[in-house]
Parts: sequence; structure tokens; C-alpha cells
Amino acid sequence: MLKGWTGTLLRVDLTNGNIEREAVREDWARDFAGGRGIAARYLSEEVDARVDPLAPANSIIFATGPLTGTNSSTGARYMVVTKGPLTNCMTTSNSGGLWGPELKFAGYDLLILEGRSPAPVYLWIHDEAVELRSAEHLWGKGVFETEDRVKEETGFPDTRVTTIGPAGENLVKYAAIVNDKFRAAGRSGVGAVMGSKNLKAIAVRGTGAVEVADPAGLMQAQWAQKHALTQAPLTSEGLPGYGTLALMNVVNEHGALPTRNFQQAQFEGAEEISGERLVETRLQTNKACFACTIACGRVSKVSEEGQGRYTLNTSPRNWREATEGPEYENAWSLGADCGIDDLDLILKANTLCNDLGLDPITLGATIAAAMELYEDGVLTDKEVGMPLPFGSGEALIALTEKTASREGFGDLLAEGSKRMGDALGRPDVFMGVKGQEFPAYDPRAIQGMGLGYATSNRGACHLRAYTISAEMLGVGDAEGPESPVGKGELAAAFQNVSTAVDATGLCLFLTFGVGLDEIAPLMAAATGHPYTPAELELAGERIWNLERVWNMQAGITAADDTLPKRMLEQPIPAGPTKGQTSRLAEMLPDYYAARGWSEDGHPSQEKLRALGLG
Amino acid sequence: MTSATRTLQIHPDRCTGCKQCELACSWVQTGTFQPSRSLIRVHVFDEEASFAPYTCFQCDEAWCMQACPVNAIDVEPDTQAKVVIDDVCVGCGLCVIACPFGTMFFDRGSHTAEKCDLCADDPACVHACPTAAIEYVEADPVGWISAFGEKVDAGRRDSLKGEL
Ligand code: SF4
Repeated sequence: MLKGWTGTLLRVDLTNGNIEREAVREDWARDFAGGRGIAARYLSEEVDARVDPLAPANSIIFATGPLTGTNSSTGARYMVVTKGPLTNCMTTSNSGGLWGPELKFAGYDLLILEGRSPAPVYLWIHDEAVELRSAEHLWGKGVFETEDRVKEETGFPDTRVTTIGPAGENLVKYAAIVNDKFRAAGRSGVGAVMGSKNLKAIAVRGTGAVEVADPAGLMQAQWAQKHALTQAPLTSEGLPGYGTLALMNVVNEHGALPTRNFQQAQFEGAEEISGERLVETRLQTNKACFACTIACGRVSKVSEEGQGRYTLNTSPRNWREATEGPEYENAWSLGADCGIDDLDLILKANTLCNDLGLDPITLGATIAAAMELYEDGVLTDKEVGMPLPFGSGEALIALTEKTASREGFGDLLAEGSKRMGDALGRPDVFMGVKGQEFPAYDPRAIQGMGLGYATSNRGACHLRAYTISAEMLGVGDAEGPESPVGKGELAAAFQNVSTAVDATGLCLFLTFGVGLDEIAPLMAAATGHPYTPAELELAGERIWNLERVWNMQAGITAADDTLPKRMLEQPIPAGPTKGQTSRLAEMLPDYYAARGWSEDGHPSQEKLRALGLG
Repeated sequence: MTSATRTLQIHPDRCTGCKQCELACSWVQTGTFQPSRSLIRVHVFDEEASFAPYTCFQCDEAWCMQACPVNAIDVEPDTQAKVVIDDVCVGCGLCVIACPFGTMFFDRGSHTAEKCDLCADDPACVHACPTAAIEYVEADPVGWISAFGEKVDAGRRDSLKGEL
């Protein structure tokens, strides 16, 4: 087996409690590089694309990459791959923290979980000893309490836990899986899949080693990688200084900050919820994921004025009155998108999302869509159970809780804004793609991001093609954000590279400072396979096409590669980007051509053969 | 010996909890990445919203040395580091019990005690730390340890206030 890999996967059939060890297929390991790639390969082999995401026949895979657990900067990541209930597509949801490396140290590259347990259980992996334990007493508990109790039950304070909260148990379509209390595989409802399997948590403690093929080569490559990260402004100053929230003022000033369910593209309260404001008034310290030399994570408290108004119940073991976050996306979805400019309230709502196990992006966006319907008179106090105008923090907090428990109006919110809009006869309020809500960049203002959203394999997502990097943030070359020119090729290239990074076990934020030129030597030294930047990019393209083919088997067509009417037809009403709409129709043919796909978005046979998929 | 010896000085305020120091240490010990074999460990102080790595600070009293029945722990003359002589160690574990700081470790594989030896005057954790939270300098360890201890204690005391 290649080094960097443990060579072993753990297969658990939850229906009958069978636990088996299996050798990881080396050819797949090499060609799909790891993480997102190898998990997609196993899923496509073993699960029918037309499966009901919440049926026992769906599997859920947790996968690390060859660099997870090494000292390569950001070698912390694991990927959850399954069919997502929000999108009905293959979803690939990524998380950092400490859990992924722990799985490697316990001796496993991947976990494949199948079937459905007859009663709530959690999986306890302590090196070779693996067992399913009853989780009856944990069912209904939040993420924070579950993690504390599982640690106690395993007897080790350094056991790492990934778990669902009540939202996952109640099959909320966008329930998250949360590890280390504040790191989440957040999107597309991976937590609901875990809940549907009656699997509450996976606890891991590993004392073993990750071995690499070329120790001297790896040491050289990781110094080069880390040095490059200290030279790039975003990885040496922007992210450590202000976290991902550094983007709030930048994106707002550009006129690309979606506001009040994308009715405006600038938020008058942006300054109040910016990274700068967080640092001035609330930041306690930076926090890194495993092996990360960037350390963008935030440990924050409510401000002095907020004291007493908001209590953060993060359990006594967590930072006393402090919490983690918020990230830019969450501060946007729970903030600007809902017209809320109170950072303390956002901290509270974000902490609730972590504890209840909800994806704050889709939650905030769904509540924002409901706020629009309320202001339009489609929803009333009676249906919602409370007033729901834009800007209502009270409603945000109350509805977050009701969504996780599917209580009252929360039951409809728990379906996401697409299904909610459809049910209320207003499909136009859904701001997303393939059932999944947009993240925090208006696609009318940044053309490449719109194309990336429309073509993303897991529904709207900023992490599949972060073209804004090249269009606006000065990382790489591209036409400006207002131009559709060259964006087809740009989005495809970004998708391939990001997919490759997702496979290695490293974090995408690296790409603000280094590229595949720096990552390939790490992969080569760790695995012993002579990866080049081109080969890694090809692996990214291979994975992307595999996901696409599987999604098409699941029923996705080119008609799904689109944006809501509001993005295509309604110009941004004011601000520096006034008058812009998404020019998707001009970009999409370029994209399909750049991909070597037919005009109706099908990967051609030649393309699939060239990638070894045909 | 005339030159002053150096010691590992920890700056908890700079530490991000990234564990690069653990990875570097385990690399020195094993040639692999295996934090469970690291001789430096990162601790989380919840009350303080702070992280700090800790390892042996080569204390003068060296209870590990005093406890060892076979004199397997010796003082390295250049660095004043207390080092385990593997050939002599019989693996009784008394030093692990004796160390009040919990920085003596026991390796089940080789059945010997293990401790920080300052990497022969060039500690790998210092190189690996991205934030200079560990420095190798002439300094009195008692100073920073008691200052940090007081801060953590104050945090603990505060956290005891409040209602049930
Ligand atoms: S390497 Fe430095 S910042 Fe990272 S955990 Fe160790 S002491 Fe803290």
C-alpha cells in the first residue's frame, strides 16, 4: 500500500452490528488521491444513485486523505460523503478540528457506515478495539453535552468525538455533523443521514502512527509549504488577523454581500458584523485546527453590552462564557441575509446551530426566505407563531430551536427554502441551486461565483469553485468580477484544483497561499507515488466527473445547472454593482466546452475514457 | 562549564493549539507522525481560553532522577538536560510516578522511560511552532510558570463564582 495511507478501512453494518476491517484498494487510492475522491469512488461503486438519501440503502463514508495527520500545514481534514437529503446529489462535506487525524492514528483511512441500527448507537473506535454502544441516553442531547458525556464514558479526555445534535435525529434536511464541538461537516444534510441510521456519534482515540514514504522529502516540502504561507498576505495576515470574517467589509464594499434574501447587495450593518468589529470587542484568541499554521479559528465572547442578554451554553468545559466563531458565511446568513446587525445575537445563534447540529448557512437563508414571505404577507403571525420581519433577532433564535425540533413552523423550515417556497406557492424565494442555498456572495456581482454555484456537484457552494480569489482578491489571474469572459475555463480549473485539495486531506484555505506546485511534493513524499501538479489536477477532474456521472444517474440534468430567476433577470437595485445580473447563459457553454462535456452537460465518452472512468 | 544553559520558555498567549510541536517531537522520537509518542503535549485551558504546550523544564530537583533506583537518568553536561540512558533503564516506571509535572513518559514498545532531552541543544518543537509560542532562551522557567499559573488560577476562581 502507498504510504501516508494506513491501508485499512472500517466497514460497519449498522443493521446487524457487523464490524469489519478491509484493505483499501490501492489503485483507487492512487487515482482518486484520497478523502473526497476515494470516498466518491467507493460510494459510486456501492450505492445506487437513485437511493432515498434517508433509507438504509444509502451509505455514509468518512474519509481522510494521505496528508491528514501529517505535519503538512492544515493536515486536519476529513470528508463526509453520502447522498444528501437536501440536494438529492452526492454530497461531500468537509471538516477540520482534531477528529480526522485521530481516525488515522487509530489506524483507518476511511469508515463506511451502512444500513440502519435498530436503536440509537454510537461507534467507539480505540485503535483496534471497535464497538457499537447504546446511545439511548444521548438521543435528544445537544452536541456539547454528547461530546462531554461520550468522552467521560470512554474514559479519556483526549477521545475525539463527531456527533449529530437533535436536528440530525429529527432528519432536518440540513442537519450537520459536528466534531470537537465547533467544527462541522455542515452542508447538504449529512447529519440527517447519520440520524436516519440511528447513529448518534463516532468517538475515536488513536495512539498509532502515520508513516510517510520519503521522510527527508516530506520535511523539505512541508517547510517550503509553510514558508509560502507566511509570505502570502491572506494566510499570514488576513485569516489569522480577522478569520474568514475578514471578508465581510471587502465583499460589502464591492456590492456583493447578499442582503435580505438577495433583495439587495449591500448591508448597512456590515461594519457591525465584520471581522474587525469582532476583534475589537469580542475575540479571545485564535484557534487552529490540527497542524494548521494559519489558525483562522475564532474563540469569542459576547461583548460587554451583550453580557446578560445572551448566555452561551457551551458546557462548563468550553471557554467559560466564550464560544467559537462566527465564520464569515454564518455571520452573513444569520446576519446580513436576515437583516440582522447584532454580532452578539449572531454569536448566540451560531452557537445554537453548533449545539443543535444545524448548517447555519441553509438555516439563515431559509429564515431569510421566510422573512421575505412574511413581509409579502404570504406568511402571517399565526402560521409562524410570531412576527417575522427582517431584522428580528428574537425570531431567529426562537426559530432556530424550533427547526431543530421540527416544532410548529420549524417543521417547514426544517425542509429548507426550496421545499418551503414550493409548499407556499412561492418558489421564487429560494436562493440556491439543486435544492441547496447560496453562500455569501451575490452571483450577479461576481460572475464566476454564479457559474460555480450553478455547476457545483453538491448544490450552491462557495468551496467548489472559489473564483472570487482570482476575480477579486488578487490570488491568480482572471477577468474582473463583472465580466463573464473566460469564466467557464476559470470555474472548471478552480473546481479541479479544489477537488484535488479536498482529496489530499488539506484545507482549501491553503490555496490563498500555495497551489498544487507546493502540494504535489507533499503528496509524493508522503505516499511514495510521484504525484505531479498535473496528475493531482487530473485526479481532481476525475473525481469531479465521477460525481457528475453519479448525479446524472440520480436524475440531475443540465436544467439543474442554473440560477434562480432573481439572479438571472432582476438587476442589483443599488450600490456599486447596480444593474448587474448573472450572465450565466453566456458562461455555461464555455464551461461545458472547458469540461469536454456535450452541450447538454453530459460528460462525453472520450472524456470519461481519458479519465479512466469509461 | 561557563556558558549559561537555555530552557524552553512557553508563551501561552501565542499558542493556537495546532500541535505542530507534538508532531515535530514524535517525528524526532519515531520518524513518523504519532502524537501519542510526543514528549511535549498541548493542553487546553478552558477557563482562560488559552492553550499551552508543556514538557519537562529540566528542574533542578529532578525527582525523576532521585526516584530512579538504577541511576538511569543523568544530566547532560552541555545543556543540563536530564536524559534517560536507555541501556540502563529497567522500565520500572518510578520516575513517571515521581515527576510532579507529568512530563515523564513510558514507551510500551521499548519498555523504557522517555523524556525531553532538548534535542541535544536544538529542540525540534521550537522550530516547528508557527507562532514562536515556544522559545529556547536563557530564562528562569519558574518565572513564566508561576505567572501563567496565577492567571489560570484567577480564571478558575472566577469560574467558580455564579449560580448553580
Ligand atoms: S506548535 Fe506552537 S502554536 Fe502550535 S500547539 Fe505547539 S506551542 Fe502551540
